[in-house]
Amino acid sequence: MSDINSNIPEGELTQKWTKFKSSVALVNPSNKRSIEVIVVGSGLAGASAAATLAEMGYKVKCFCFQDSPRRAHSIAAQGGINAAKNYQNDGDSTYRLFYDTIKGGDYRAREANVHRLAEVSTNIIDQCVAQGVPLAREYGGLLDNRSFGGTQVQRTFYAAGQTGQQLLLGAYSALERQIGMGKVEMYTRHEMLEVVKIDGKARGIIARNLITGQLERHFGHAVVLGTGGYGNVFYLSTNAMGSNVTAAWKAHKQGAYFANPCYTQIHPTCIPVSGDHQSKLTLMSESLRNDGRIWVPKKKDDNRKPTDIPEDERDYYLERRYPAFGNLVPRDVASRAAKERCDAGYGVGASKLAVYLDFKANTERYGKIEASKAGNHNPDKETCMRLGTAVIKEKYGNLFDMYAQITGENPYETPMRIYPAVHYTMGGLWVDYNLMTSVPGLYCTGEANFSDHGANRLGASALMQGLADGYFVLPYTIGAYLSKEISVKAIPTDHPAFVEAEAKAKGILDTLINIKGTKSVDHFHKRLGLIMWDKCGMSRSEQGLKQAIEEIRALRAEFWRDVRVPGTSDELNTELEKAGRVADFIELGELMCIDALNRNESCGGHFREEYQTEEGEALRDDVNYAYVAAWEFKEGVNFELHKEELKFENIKVAQRSYK
Amino acid sequence: MSTGNMNLTLKVWRQKNNKTAGALVDYKVTDISPDMSFLEMFDVLNEQLINKGEEPVVFDHDCREGICGMCSMFINGRPHGPKDLVTTCQLHMRSFKDGDTIVVEPWRAAAFPVVKDLAVDRSAFDRVIAAGGFISVNTGNAQDANSLPIPKMQADAAFEAAACIGCGACVATCKNASAMLFVSAKISQLALLPQGQPERYRRVQSMVAQMDSEGFGNCTNTGACEAECPKGISLENIARMNRDFASAKFISEETV
Repeated sequence: MSDINSNIPEGELTQKWTKFKSSVALVNPSNKRSIEVIVVGSGLAGASAAATLAEMGYKVKCFCFQDSPRRAHSIAAQGGINAAKNYQNDGDSTYRLFYDTIKGGDYRAREANVHRLAEVSTNIIDQCVAQGVPLAREYGGLLDNRSFGGTQVQRTFYAAGQTGQQLLLGAYSALERQIGMGKVEMYTRHEMLEVVKIDGKARGIIARNLITGQLERHFGHAVVLGTGGYGNVFYLSTNAMGSNVTAAWKAHKQGAYFANPCYTQIHPTCIPVSGDHQSKLTLMSESLRNDGRIWVPKKKDDNRKPTDIPEDERDYYLERRYPAFGNLVPRDVASRAAKERCDAGYGVGASKLAVYLDFKANTERYGKIEASKAGNHNPDKETCMRLGTAVIKEKYGNLFDMYAQITGENPYETPMRIYPAVHYTMGGLWVDYNLMTSVPGLYCTGEANFSDHGANRLGASALMQGLADGYFVLPYTIGAYLSKEISVKAIPTDHPAFVEAEAKAKGILDTLINIKGTKSVDHFHKRLGLIMWDKCGMSRSEQGLKQAIEEIRALRAEFWRDVRVPGTSDELNTELEKAGRVADFIELGELMCIDALNRNESCGGHFREEYQTEEGEALRDDVNYAYVAAWEFKEGVNFELHKEELKFENIKVAQRSYK
Repeated sequence: MSTGNMNLTLKVWRQKNNKTAGALVDYKVTDISPDMSFLEMFDVLNEQLINKGEEPVVFDHDCREGICGMCSMFINGRPHGPKDLVTTCQLHMRSFKDGDTIVVEPWRAAAFPVVKDLAVDRSAFDRVIAAGGFISVNTGNAQDANSLPIPKMQADAAFEAAACIGCGACVATCKNASAMLFVSAKISQLALLPQGQPERYRRVQSMVAQMDSEGFGNCTNTGACEAECPKGISLENIARMNRDFASAKFISEETV
């Protein structure tokens, strides 16, 4: 049933990547010097690709909208990065990481891509350590690991609660090294506003210098987008304020298919919304579920302080429903279970939209171990709590501080209140095995593509994928394309395609400035977010999605009639930047609802109320929906569905069970 | 859902671009909730300005969870405001009182020119890193990660130095606009690790040279940088950098 070609190499699963690497066409060093590659985005997927391509000898231009490539939102990833090192001798292997990822993704990811990801996962850790990334270590001097959701091994490497920061700074330093050597030209405070296509191939971009407002034309033999996810379509998410879909959406409008847009990840452990002023949500790392137990009171509307509720009046609902995985079930399962309890009236806190994440039991357990190490085999409770708190502090200190700062409560004394929030988007631009979109010469890496996580991403796998794509996959696969482009000379940017693309970008900016309506950009963004959260969030229904599509269309019309963007386009104008991004989010929101409506099944992060088991678990339909939904943009704002059939030849597809 | 009842007077630095002069402008904000972050309070101000047909205040911000290092407000004479160990985005309005007047300025340093209003250009930091803040290892050259055991104490110390978010508060608070805390944090991280040894002395020399050429001032050991650093980067790093810088002079030309 596929009508698109994923270009997966022939051969046995475990040999595909090895064979590909040894047989892919190469570009000789003197030709590399005259081949230019544009990389948009400087997060894990962008910076690692830009640095590696430059090391290989290509001429690279890298773009980011922030003031420095080090600000990219990868920096905020807290918990860790998976790798099948089996350093803990707990039975891990490439196959198990592959299997866990396919199962965690609810059997909606491509086997070949995921196996490749598992294969290169170990190289990432080696590379990062060689760069001086200070990952956590044990007293013997070797690397430490911890557990994450959806697995039964400890394969997660980490640097306290700042793993993303440390990995990104590693990639950033590799990138800066190339910048210093003149091999990468870095364009900070630049936003990509258009992909330039010549004879059907991506040949450059139009970027806006955000300080001067000037539109610039940049040529590249190929263009790589590592521009992150689209979670901010919900307005409130754990994404950075600037995270946006614009680069990917412009590419989509130029012919790149957008795959599985409805697969969004709602992370179970975030700090609950405190009021209408809220601008973003803050994640409390999944790693906390290693040591925290999640519960709600057994009694409805129990207004006692959590510390006053005795043990036998607490419902540890994850441990009750999923004894095998307990608090470490995958994110989609944990989020829905929290919503179920709150909807049923057991929520806590002022809004009743929260559950407790409690560290008391493990604090005491750690304290006992510490006391025992010091020779005290019968410590009192107070000693245990004191010693245990020190252990917890070392593991999660920065997260606890952040929680205290945001909520004004002390999480060492009282359980955290948490609630699910939008965190990651598994959908993204459709790419083939080579990470090339449906536009030749246009590549997409990291969260911006759709390829590896199926319908639900496992914790600590985003960092892995971003760096796998950038360091170890794209630099090889792009050779397959560029080796055929060596005779193409740099195309002058007065080519009509550049002129036209620039005029188009300018037209949109001018329109936005000239509407001079009555409502701010944020006003529209918040309204879009509410529609998306209510009707295309943690659970979806046919009726709700149909309504949402109507509401979004009306909102789009109103936006283009009544948005107010102060200032001009030839200066630093943050409202203009936001307006362009929100305009794209509105169109994307509609596509997400269309995709969710099309998918008459529940899988991973996509939960359709009509399709659930008697126990309320997601009910897949493998006969009709074991495909990637790749949408093509059509004139107006219309979308045509293409299907890539998913073939599972190495894994037996089963109902996911974490019980 | 708390709606707030704090009323505040803001004195905010407004400057159209780096070619024009700026000035403090007074604004009133009302019904501020103590649960808002400082930047959410600025969102309220900006929404108010937009509704009145005025231009909103430009300020740098992105992650709003204290890690990207982009936010950079000088609040009542202190970078990131009155609380220790937090960035502006993690500063909450419960740290202020109803009726307060709050002065908000951009980072001030010759090496950090104002871009617009409260946003400044910190690209000098990137150029210092590009001069040597890395280990020269190409992708694909690495050995197995556990073939190089590193004592935990040493790894932890490197991690503490690596926690720097590059926000520039150290420069902004320093009377000399010195970048020594920032530069020494990166130098320390790499000097503390075995991977960083081959380029150790060459690195300190080239990064310090770049730091000087960017127009940052020198260090006179007042320690304001350490006191104001939202990530608690220690002054010891500067001592380590100075030792390495001095040692580099006595090491043969080939090594450096």
